[in-house]
Amino acid sequence: MNQNTLQEGWEVVIGLEIHAQLATRSKIFSGSATAYGAAPNSQASLVDLGYPGMLPVLNREAVRMAVKFGLATGSTVAARSFFARKNYFYPDLPKGYQISQYERPIVEDGSLEIMLEDGTKKTIGITRAHLEEDAGKSLHEGLANASGIDLNRAGTPLLEIVSEPDLRSAKEAIAYLKKVHTLVRYLEICDGNMQEGSFRCDANVSVRRFGAPKFGTRCEIKNVNSFRYVEKAINYEVVRQIDVLEGGGTIRQETRLYDSTKDETRSMRSKEEANDYRYFPDPDLLPVTVETAFIDAVRATLPELPDEKAARFVADYGLSAYDAGVLTSSRELADYYEAVVAVAGGPACAKLAANWVTGDFSGAVNRDGVEIADANVPAAALAGLLGRIQDETISGKIAKDVFEIMWAERALADAVIEAKGLKQITDTGAIESAIDAVMAANPKQLAEYRSGKDRLFGFFVGQSMKATQGKANPAQLNELLKKKLDAT
Amino acid sequence: MTLHTRSVAELAAGLARKEYSAVELAQHFLSRIERSNDALNAFVTVTPDRALADARAADEARAAGRAGPLTGVPLAHKDIFCTDGVRTACGSKMLDNFVAPYDATVVERLHAAGTVMLGKTNMDEFAMGSSNETSWYGPVKNPWDLRKVPGGSSGGSAAVVAARLAPVATGTDTGGSIRQPAALVGISGIKPTYGRVSRYGMIAFASSLDQAGIMAPSAEDCALFLAAMAGFDPRDSTSVDRPVPDYVAELDAPLAGVRIGVLKEFFAHGLEGETGALVQAAIDQYRALGARIVEVSCPNLPLSVPTYYVVAPAECSSNLSRFDGVRFGHRCKDPRDLMDLYKRSRGEGFGAEVKRRIMTGTYVLSAGYYDAYYLKAQKCRSLISADFKAAFEQVDLLIGPTSPSPAFNIGAKVDDPITMYLNDIYTIGANLAGLPAMSIPCGFDGALPVGLQLIGPHFGESRLLAAAHAYQRHTDFHRRVPAAYA
Repeated sequence: MNQNTLQEGWEVVIGLEIHAQLATRSKIFSGSATAYGAAPNSQASLVDLGYPGMLPVLNREAVRMAVKFGLATGSTVAARSFFARKNYFYPDLPKGYQISQYERPIVEDGSLEIMLEDGTKKTIGITRAHLEEDAGKSLHEGLANASGIDLNRAGTPLLEIVSEPDLRSAKEAIAYLKKVHTLVRYLEICDGNMQEGSFRCDANVSVRRFGAPKFGTRCEIKNVNSFRYVEKAINYEVVRQIDVLEGGGTIRQETRLYDSTKDETRSMRSKEEANDYRYFPDPDLLPVTVETAFIDAVRATLPELPDEKAARFVADYGLSAYDAGVLTSSRELADYYEAVVAVAGGPACAKLAANWVTGDFSGAVNRDGVEIADANVPAAALAGLLGRIQDETISGKIAKDVFEIMWAERALADAVIEAKGLKQITDTGAIESAIDAVMAANPKQLAEYRSGKDRLFGFFVGQSMKATQGKANPAQLNELLKKKLDAT
Repeated sequence: MTLHTRSVAELAAGLARKEYSAVELAQHFLSRIERSNDALNAFVTVTPDRALADARAADEARAAGRAGPLTGVPLAHKDIFCTDGVRTACGSKMLDNFVAPYDATVVERLHAAGTVMLGKTNMDEFAMGSSNETSWYGPVKNPWDLRKVPGGSSGGSAAVVAARLAPVATGTDTGGSIRQPAALVGISGIKPTYGRVSRYGMIAFASSLDQAGIMAPSAEDCALFLAAMAGFDPRDSTSVDRPVPDYVAELDAPLAGVRIGVLKEFFAHGLEGETGALVQAAIDQYRALGARIVEVSCPNLPLSVPTYYVVAPAECSSNLSRFDGVRFGHRCKDPRDLMDLYKRSRGEGFGAEVKRRIMTGTYVLSAGYYDAYYLKAQKCRSLISADFKAAFEQVDLLIGPTSPSPAFNIGAKVDDPITMYLNDIYTIGANLAGLPAMSIPCGFDGALPVGLQLIGPHFGESRLLAAAHAYQRHTDFHRRVPAAYA
């Protein structure tokens, strides 16, 4: 029985089409800026508007980024690829066709490895990645009896990354989607911002009986804009398809939209209603040629990739594969972690640093939605805090409080410890006098303990710690308390 | 000698000598336009203010010692080239209200060269036609006989030059649209190598075939203007980054020893009337001038017309999708919804021939038909190109008729598209192969001029122009002007 099945006897088959908006400064076929959020149509040139006589000129930077992706996924980079026109009418598609790649894409036949929940690895095939231009946006809100068109996005470069139907559950699909998301940000070819639509995903979902020779009929779920919704949409769709099939029905090949408020997918158009896009080579553009020297130059700019980095973290810092995976999920987090380790004293504190970076630090970053670069606790400051734990100035428990204050006030650990008087008490005499006071104040409990009620030890730890406002070194306190309680 | 019968070189020389000013020259042609355009319907827009402003600027440039070879020479632009601030209608109701906020590269370069724009010329709608009868603005008349067509699609430019309403006019050639009208009105016209002249700002018909060129009385005039138009343009990815030769300096290259191939396929079918004999006489003249005449064959050339009528409509069906009533051009009144907006705007804005080609093009690109039509046509195109390549291993130039017949009557072929399409049977091959080609006048069949076509290898414009010039030094057909316009 496959662990991934949602319902017994059915195998889920998923392929993803990811649209990554390439982080070029200007559009793929015009000189207009690509920045998000500008006033409508302020970043649409005559080329973007599809004016008569206007011609596309390819932005080589988009080619460079596509090649980078190809190299990072072990793909074949085509020496010659072609742009084609995908013809259909829509108001936010100014030319009446989208320039895309069809028969010969720039990147083909690569793969990425994902880690499953049980720690095993699985290779997901990448069929192709091709360059294309985005369309504009139609706006239907706030306009009386009319629709508006914003062509700022028209002509923004996209890399459409198409996976093989290798994914067998929503969880696998998310793992793959996150892997691509991590990779494009490592490569600095996409900002990965899903809210702004610069990283979006269509999922092709089908189910079949285990052992069935052919795939089932698939449905395409369009444009789901968060990891969580992709997972929910796939799971909804799987259950829907199994229900239809178990009820004796058949699945129609169609495009479906996910409604996150109702958590369901709805039919948008069937295969029969689909456009005939009449693809043909775009005569306005020459074939895209990529020379070996260009590929070599791009290869030289590749950063350490997530998998390589994670393997190094395991080898150099003795981290678990899981921790290494979490820390390398973004280049910024990995860089932050390495900076903390470097300042805090190297591999000796690597595990402690990993716990803090993946724990309290990431928690605060996510809670407040800040960029790592802007965090109130920079790497050196966190390293300073870890130093105080290691030299036993404060306990791990107190350190959590110190961290929160550092985060809230952009303060350094030493200053917080000093100002709040949180320095750990390691002076034996001070701890002993606190213990003595507790014992004297609780004669009844002392007698019970000494008559054999061992579990009252915890009571004395708590009371003694309270008497030192939590500042006593826990190990020392335990040791001294045991000695005094047991001394009859 | 009257001003308007002078060649461009002669007009430029007169300006240089200050025999007349650019303003006087512009006024001379503007008054000729005023007098004759109603009968010819050759200009759709006349721009006297712009012409006089350009002319004043030209005179100032000359006074300041900044005059070039074309400074102050008046010209007309085919209404397919976008002109900043002046309507560009492309022969269509669809663009009757369209004013581009930019100049096409051709317009920009010729403006920078100091030329004086007289106006925009009539043309077949979106350059789709061989008689200028598909224009929303009505047919252009042939100055040699007002009952006849001037050819198309650059029919307005052809008529304007033939009647000397302008010394020179720009044109575009997708399947013969410069050469065929040049032949039918007795002037010279060159379609350069694909990629030689930028297509930026030129409204696209079939992008892989469209090429801008120039129409003027003589090959020498064409050389002067082509030099100013040609060259790489970073705004057109298909323009070629390659130095532009000095076409004028190379005009006098000797003809002796030049191998000229007579294309067998050009004489296989019926040439009407005197056309065959006149073309043969021109070939004999070339032999007499020292050229070596050889018979050559391009066996796949008969596939040109069917190949063209798949490729060109396919591209046009996509190129014309942008005319949807949303951002510019004709929009229907009170659309009920989006579909209604599309259907009525396009239905009302486009004429019958344009619709025919959009439908044909949509059909040949459709799922299930693509391989049988579009892909097969691309293969035929490759075969035709290969034939030309092989021919140019044997000869330096190819020669033949431009058109199977002289100008025909307005209305004679308008209801029979296939017969109309066959007008371009000799010109289409050069477009499919991207070769430079030109038409020059080689005699008269009765009162109507007949054109001789010369085709060169890629970037062989210099040799083409020199061969035409050599012929024109020994003939005067290119100097003849219809009596009513002399």
